[in-house]
Amino acid sequence: MVSVRGLQKWFGPLHVLKDVDLTVAAGEVVVVIGPSGSGKSTLCRCLNRLEVAGAGTIEIDGEPLPAEGRKLARLRADVGMVFQSFNLFGHRTVLDNVTLGPVRVRRVPKAEAREQALALLDRVGIADKADHYPAQLSGGQQQRAAIARALAMRPKVLLFDEPTSALDPEMVNEVLDVMVSLAAEGMTMIVVTHEMGFARRAADRVVFMDDGRIVESGTPDEFFAAPRTDRARDFLSKILQH
Amino acid sequence: MDALTGHLGEFGHGLVTTVHMTVVTTIGALLLGVIVATLRICPVPLLRGVGTVYVEVLQNLPLLALLVLFVFALPTIGITFPLFTSAAIVISAYEGAYLAEAIRAGINTVGVGQAEAARAIGLTFSQSLRYVILPQGLRAVIQPMGTICIALLMNTSLAAAVGVVELTQAANNVNLVEAQPIAVFTGAGLAYMLLALLISRITGALERRFAIVR
Ligand SMILES: Nc1ncnc2c1ncn2[C@@H]1O[C@H](COP(=O)(O)OP(=O)(O)OP(=O)(O)O)[C@@H](O)[C@H]1O
Ligand SMILES: [Mg+2]
Repeated sequence: MVSVRGLQKWFGPLHVLKDVDLTVAAGEVVVVIGPSGSGKSTLCRCLNRLEVAGAGTIEIDGEPLPAEGRKLARLRADVGMVFQSFNLFGHRTVLDNVTLGPVRVRRVPKAEAREQALALLDRVGIADKADHYPAQLSGGQQQRAAIARALAMRPKVLLFDEPTSALDPEMVNEVLDVMVSLAAEGMTMIVVTHEMGFARRAADRVVFMDDGRIVESGTPDEFFAAPRTDRARDFLSKILQH
Repeated sequence: MDALTGHLGEFGHGLVTTVHMTVVTTIGALLLGVIVATLRICPVPLLRGVGTVYVEVLQNLPLLALLVLFVFALPTIGITFPLFTSAAIVISAYEGAYLAEAIRAGINTVGVGQAEAARAIGLTFSQSLRYVILPQGLRAVIQPMGTICIALLMNTSLAAAVGVVELTQAANNVNLVEAQPIAVFTGAGLAYMLLALLISRITGALERRFAIVR
């Protein structure tokens, strides 16, 4: 579903992604972990071209990522993204956040989009907040609304960039539960997170990044029980202490 | 007082012209302002350049000079508009540059995350602008845009210089007959004040109506 070959990314002189290869099969859930600054967000953002890769190829469902323009917009519609800071549209109600993409991009009739949006909001557990504005919601509710907004496009892949890092601890699980259920339903997902519980429960594969490279990749059981590299062992010992 | 009451027809006419000119140029300036602000943030360097040149040129020339130039220079190359139309075009273009800068400032208050989220759901550049960025950017600068519209109202009086009989010119004409400048221009000044007050009332109402829930 997602195929990345030889991906390189520079920010000026800073070499942020160094020859990254990553293949994600349809229905697979891949968790990306690694220390701060290792390039996890940048990798995620390259996948829907919010960042433009310096070299290498990225294919989504067999299609190479188009350059700017309408074709890129169409591809982005198929690649959902959930941000750390939610990024709900502040001037629109939750319902209008969810229907915007379907109505304007997919040309779904308004009434139909509304019905689907309400069903999605119900599924992420915030149907009663449909007419509220984002600022009137808790962080956990906002993130669930953002997930509903991404799902409304019926994406082929969902990217999550630290979806629970901005949340108060008591709200983390309500978001993770939604993500676990999506994973169980066969959604293809790439998730940058430090939530090891989620990785164990839902991931098919854990990818460990360090200094712009994918250093290690394996099933959660393999990875957590016996990381092969020192870097990964070191990293795990740090985050598991907490 | 007779200087005013005896010439209500002329004042009324001038007032109507001023209001007409203000409404027409506000609409024109708003359209131009949105277009030019959009040019200034668009991803195409050439278009950004066009937007920048527009703002720089129009903000750095006196409105009166622009008016005179437009009204007297264009006919020499065979282009003539009615006086009212000429003045409306020039004032729209001029105030449009100021509105463009205010709108751009508004757009800059909208976080990058909003634009990224808009692009991430597949909106094109113009769609994200229309449905996500501008609605929020414009709301952030309703107040300064109102101030520019009041300045625009005052600037319509410069149209008198190229022969449009708006409120100031009407007052001038009456004064030529009555020779009572204090009464005549106080009357005209009060009318401008009332119009300005009306604009700021409208601005305030719009601001309340479109406040983003935070
Ligand atoms: N827009 C940018 N301009 C310049 N440098 C950037 C930019 N975005 C990221 N970087 C740099 O690229 C490197 C990788 O950043 P990235 O955000 O991908 O890391 P990350 O693994 O997501 O880290 P974190 O866990 O802190 O989110 C960092 O050194 C960062 O400072
Ligand atoms: Mg990051």
